Amino acid sequence: MPWPFEREYMQLALVAGIVVGACAPLIGTFLVHKRMSLLGDGIGHLAFAGVAGGLLLGVWPVWSALAISVLGAIAIERLRTRGHATGDLALALFLYGGIAAAVVLASRSDGGTAKALPYLFGSILTVTPGDVVVVVATGAVIVTAIAVTGRALFAIVVDEESARVAGLPVDALNTLLVALAAVTVVAAMRVVGVLLVAALMVLPVATARLLARSFRATLVVGAVAGIACVIIGLAAARAWALAPGGAIVLTAAAAFALTVTVRDVRRSGFLLPH
Amino acid sequence: MSPTAEPAVPVLAASNVGFAYDDTEVLHDVTFDLRPGEFVALVGPNGSGKSTLVRILLGLLQPLGGRTLLFGAPPTALRERSRVGYVPQRATATSDLPATVEEVVRVGRARRGRWWRPLRSADHNAVDHALTSVALDDLRRRRIGDLSGGQQQRVLIAKALAGEPDLLVLDEPIAGVDAESQRLFRDSLVHLVKEHSAAVLLVSHELGAVADDLDRVVVLNRTVVFDGPGADLVATGVSLGVHREDLPLWLEGLN
Repeated sequence: MPWPFEREYMQLALVAGIVVGACAPLIGTFLVHKRMSLLGDGIGHLAFAGVAGGLLLGVWPVWSALAISVLGAIAIERLRTRGHATGDLALALFLYGGIAAAVVLASRSDGGTAKALPYLFGSILTVTPGDVVVVVATGAVIVTAIAVTGRALFAIVVDEESARVAGLPVDALNTLLVALAAVTVVAAMRVVGVLLVAALMVLPVATARLLARSFRATLVVGAVAGIACVIIGLAAARAWALAPGGAIVLTAAAAFALTVTVRDVRRSGFLLPH
Repeated sequence: MSPTAEPAVPVLAASNVGFAYDDTEVLHDVTFDLRPGEFVALVGPNGSGKSTLVRILLGLLQPLGGRTLLFGAPPTALRERSRVGYVPQRATATSDLPATVEEVVRVGRARRGRWWRPLRSADHNAVDHALTSVALDDLRRRRIGDLSGGQQQRVLIAKALAGEPDLLVLDEPIAGVDAESQRLFRDSLVHLVKEHSAAVLLVSHELGAVADDLDRVVVLNRTVVFDGPGADLVATGVSLGVHREDLPLWLEGLN
């Protein structure tokens, strides 16, 4: 492959990154329009606790992170729907609980803090072929799940109560959505890190919302934007020796800023010949 | 008009329904029913428990006392969910949603037991028919947020109509809707009642456009204070073309 993807570690990062870049906005499109944009952030912090726990117990951190994130995401959704805590309060409880647990667990294991760092900020240099297999497999699960449940999830986004009246399994579908979000976070954690993974669920969607007219197009444009940001971000990281996770997310933020600016300028008629 | 040939099972029945939020009683001993082909308005002042009653009737909320039946079954046990269409007071986030009119109306075809299936030609026909009946055919590819408030409300009604319901429940569907949309709204409801013998329960302050088409008016103020033909209500001195302020005043006079 041509520069900057001629090295094997860059190719592994590219494959994992493309899968994550496509899947995170797919899930994010539903979360953003359910006004749960920060769910990915809460799950990311829980995943970090899972990583620290795995390092302490000698379990592959991806498995422990997956278990904690999925369980935590379901618990957040339960708290929200049962009305024990409002959406953002439930999220805050788990976000702070997660990061505190991570700090405590990491402090108990030998060199835990240092070993946990790659998961915090992502570490493409250490992405293994095994990681890539896991990422591709989870990506396949996510795309299949969205293909099957997408219409019903959209019905819930439009109006949850009439979806209930129509007899859709609303609670089960909401649980599935947060579980898929947790799976995405864990899949993305090695590429962009737990602190930045949520950004890939939200920023490409924010851009897609500006460009697309239909919900289907929002999903597609979001995924394409996510993939483009990953490719550009990885190339920039290689070229200037930047942290790849940060470079990818900054690219996504820049894409949003550029789209907003171009749209506003066009709306103001500045570029239109009169 | 109600069919008289046979004593049909009510599509909706409430008997002695009571409900309270914490210590505040919202509904007290509410009893009424709705039969196939009936067009009934449920009216009442703000805080009279209309929306709570609707949520109980649809099985979204459990009553504290009494019981309700949907097509003869307890609401949570009803399997033929597609027989019920619901237009809520305010949809979650439709005006902010990047979605086309057609996409939102198609949601009306997603229902119990077959929500994962791709749409078939019968589904597309029902969507087309629903869009035509609220005169939104030309706007089907427009983003819903680009439509006026009245047009958006018609999209939500079309979404419910697309499910070809035997019972349509609408919660404050015409609040703040322009005259043109009200007229189209009235036509589509009358069509549903006359052609498909569907029952319609319209929860509203304003009855202007549909006042003459109603079979019955039910006035709720924590309990049912009037249930009968609109003409009888008019005879009590209140126009059904009431402005939202008039009705509560009249109810106070009644007590």
